[in-house]
Amino acid sequence: MDKEKSTKELTDIIARFVSLVGKKLPDDVWAKLNELRSLETDPLPKTVYDTMFKNQELAFELDRPSCQDTGVLQFLVKCGDSFPLLGRMEQILTEAVIRSTRDAPLRHNSVETFDEYNTGKNVGKGTPTLFWEIVPDSDALELDVYMAGGGCTLPGKAMVLMPGEGYEGVVRFVLDVMTSYGLNACPPLLVGVGVATSVETAALLSKKALFRPLGSHNPNERAAKLEKLLEDGINKIGLGPQGFSGKKSVMGVHVENTARHPSTIGVAVNTGCWSHRHGNILFKGDLSYTVMSHKGVVL
Amino acid sequence: MNEKKILTTPVNAEDIAGFKAGDIFYLNGYIVTCRDVAHRRLVEEKRPLPVDIRNGAIYHAGPIIRPLGNDKFEMVSIGATTSMRMEKFEYEFVKQTGVRILVGKGGMGEGTRKACMEFKALHVVYPAGCAVCAATQVEEIEQAEWRDLGMPETLWVCRIKEFGPLVVSIDTYGNNLFEQNKVIFNQRKEEVYSDIARQVSFIK
Ligand code: SF4
Repeated sequence: MDKEKSTKELTDIIARFVSLVGKKLPDDVWAKLNELRSLETDPLPKTVYDTMFKNQELAFELDRPSCQDTGVLQFLVKCGDSFPLLGRMEQILTEAVIRSTRDAPLRHNSVETFDEYNTGKNVGKGTPTLFWEIVPDSDALELDVYMAGGGCTLPGKAMVLMPGEGYEGVVRFVLDVMTSYGLNACPPLLVGVGVATSVETAALLSKKALFRPLGSHNPNERAAKLEKLLEDGINKIGLGPQGFSGKKSVMGVHVENTARHPSTIGVAVNTGCWSHRHGNILFKGDLSYTVMSHKGVVL
Repeated sequence: MNEKKILTTPVNAEDIAGFKAGDIFYLNGYIVTCRDVAHRRLVEEKRPLPVDIRNGAIYHAGPIIRPLGNDKFEMVSIGATTSMRMEKFEYEFVKQTGVRILVGKGGMGEGTRKACMEFKALHVVYPAGCAVCAATQVEEIEQAEWRDLGMPETLWVCRIKEFGPLVVSIDTYGNNLFEQNKVIFNQRKEEVYSDIARQVSFIK
């Protein structure tokens, strides 16, 4: 296939995938929400869950974005070093967002800073956001698509602790976000935690943590233990759906980590809302693709 | 659960006297979208609202509307926006307009609590992220005022049918659901913290 033709084809597929992500939650989130809903016994949280489920059914049936905040589009691009369109990914993703914004339709959520005007296209300088990972000896592309809402994941929080504060300090930091900002971020939340060496490395990891499938664990045993402790602990706080209080608070807690400087512990938290509009799609070098996050859908 | 409670606008003080924070009801009649700039115009610029909302309901929301031509509109999506942004104006707003029901997202503060007690109003929450659900409960958009504010800020006068669930966050007796929950959540958090902290001494 010539490059122009394949550029057009990839743009087309991604535009349709972005639109789908705004209308239908991924399978893992849907299953988890079903589980959390079934645990509630009081009328208030039950009614709230009922409305959330009805909303998702209506959104799909009427072909409309399920939440009015369709966010800023953020992509994790895990690109093989010999994927034929590697150099064009930014152009392709930007064009795909413009198209989906028109077709879905998505809200215009791109305001140029300093000049302070809405571009009216849902893209601007540096938006959509691209996070890159280059995969050696591969001609494939794995793409995570995320609609990052202004009331949940975009705010986030990061800081650098002194080593003396230890992992106890990390726990304190995460829990404090839960009962302040997290409360308004539309629980049940998916909590991404980054533990690294600086604010920006921790912050990036806390975002990437949200792209992991629900139910997955950090390969490091202690990090996985912290995930479990935090998940159970935050659940005990009982934020319930939308912070109205209930049996649980979170869909999951994902911790991602790197090494650190001996003098620092960077920590960051990112709160994904219940309407976790995330998609994962795999492309081979010939652009044949498999949607991993939403089984059985046709784009 | 007991029967669905339904209120119809106009709503008077006696109609809401039985409602306590945490109760759920649905609304028939009319609701007017009203957010940041409309609040500012009324309170700071002293411009009267172009719609009479005495004994009525407002919705802190910026909808997505599809124009149908002939000055007709379709409601595509209408989700609540964060009510707290209106906190600074809400006491004056309720006082001047006589509005009875404020619909939004998340809790509100002291000024609104005071207004709800003094002027007998309720702040209620429509579950967030459920914009399509809410849109299907709008039967018709009958009027649109202050259109110069653009689609999200225009006052859209909506005729609604069983609009809800609406969860009372602030009642007329001074209860504030979110503030009260926060106290409980913070207590539980301290217990959780001590419990976890004992198990993560990885730096030796
Ligand atoms: S936090 Fe999520 S569900 Fe709630 S309004 Fe924002 S995007 Fe929608």
